[in-house]
Amino acid sequence: MKVLRLVGVTWWLQLKMRSRSSFDGILSIVYPLFFATMIFFMYGQHGDQETLVAAAVGAACMGVWSAVSTTASTTLQGERRQGTLELLVASPTSFPLTVVPATISMGTIGLWSLVVTLVWGRVAFGIPISFAQPFVFVVAAVVLAFSLGLVGFLQAIASVRYRTAWALGSTLEFPVWLICGFLVPLSLLPDWVRPIAYLLPPTWGVAAVRDAALGGNAWPDIALCLLSASAYAVIGWLLARRLVDSARMRATLALT
Amino acid sequence: MRTSLRIFFIGGMASYRALFNWLTPWILIPTFIVAPIFELLFFAFVGKDAGVGDNTFYLIGNGISSAAIPCLFAMGNTISNERYTGTLGLLLTSPARRLPLFLGRALPVILNGFLVSVVALGLGAVVLRVSIPAADWLPILVVTAVASFSCTGLGLVAAAIGLRVRETATLSNIVLGILLVFTGVNVAVSVLPQWMQSVSAVLPMTHGIEAARELAAGRSLADVAPLVGDEILIGLVFATIGFAMLLWFEHDSRHHATLETA
Repeated sequence: MKVLRLVGVTWWLQLKMRSRSSFDGILSIVYPLFFATMIFFMYGQHGDQETLVAAAVGAACMGVWSAVSTTASTTLQGERRQGTLELLVASPTSFPLTVVPATISMGTIGLWSLVVTLVWGRVAFGIPISFAQPFVFVVAAVVLAFSLGLVGFLQAIASVRYRTAWALGSTLEFPVWLICGFLVPLSLLPDWVRPIAYLLPPTWGVAAVRDAALGGNAWPDIALCLLSASAYAVIGWLLARRLVDSARMRATLALT
Repeated sequence: MRTSLRIFFIGGMASYRALFNWLTPWILIPTFIVAPIFELLFFAFVGKDAGVGDNTFYLIGNGISSAAIPCLFAMGNTISNERYTGTLGLLLTSPARRLPLFLGRALPVILNGFLVSVVALGLGAVVLRVSIPAADWLPILVVTAVASFSCTGLGLVAAAIGLRVRETATLSNIVLGILLVFTGVNVAVSVLPQWMQSVSAVLPMTHGIEAARELAAGRSLADVAPLVGDEILIGLVFATIGFAMLLWFEHDSRHHATLETA
């Protein structure tokens, strides 16, 4: 119960902070719209209604990853800059439990981006927002955001020693969009890409959201998304403990 | 005159090295090499899936537009990082002439943008197996240099706004997004609505990208000279506006004592 309260309160606090940030909040919602606009124009030239809806769903999901990829990498760098990283590490609360809510809050902002992109597609391009399974769609979207938050957690932990982590995060944006089939079917990509895609939770999350929108069975993809994201969380958790122990022993947390 | 030249060349290079802290390999390689290539691949595959454009179309569009990353962000950093390091006030109280001071900062940025584009075009052509005749590459590189120049003009405007607003990274990202949508990078300008085409016509990159596509299709540099001329003109206009805005905002910030409150 105490853990749930900690996660809930920290998630809410981080969500409020990020929502007021022009970079983490506003840009996370506005920037994906530029890409969505290009994509709507591209698919709109020859695409039928179903293709456009699929493109709108994919473009909307892209915003969720955008909201996580760069900001997750800079989470701990930001704490370091504010002088709060040492406090987080020194607190009696498990360190990963203070980081996970932050990265999940980024996924939550990504949900705003998802909604705004769909509305933009409806208002500016006339793409209907009518989904075959609306309830499943909402569940799949929330699972996608949550799982990307867990991927972001691993990313945040893995880049704690990387002073210019933001560059790594922003560089991951396009590869994940491409490899995980946000828009391009995996069958169009080279065969060797598929095993990599299957290891990445967004592949399953985006497939689930698309299935829910277009009438497929989304539940297996939702389960695989949660399962693979949990594996990332466990790896992140173990890595965090190891890195924190190492940083304490060598006194290198501040990277000075 | 000699002092102005020193400020233009040496001062410009020194400030570029000091303020644009993206020159470390940890930023330079992911941001200027890896990201543009994946952006190009992403849109080439999306184009294939959507059934629009060919690989050459996406190579030229994304290759040339990759110059916008340094052109916008490096120019923005010339102001925002001065503020961050606490030297903006010192800079603006110095007696240095403003023309060489600010334009000198633009020169390394143009070169940076050009090199990023060249790398993206070269690597992208290999990865996408785009074959452009060897003789066509030189004129394409000329156009690329012109596009980098004109985009830096827009970067100067963004830098000037940095004297008024603190969030230059957000601003540069939004300007970059506008360029991507409006300048025909991945969507031909002719497909855009009329009002968007009107905006495209006055933005940097639009004419450069169009000229490079025509060159890749076998036209000569003389054939695309009007497009190149338009691109240069747009760059000059934006650079002039940017410089005028820098002077105005500097004057205004002195008048209202708002330099550090932006």
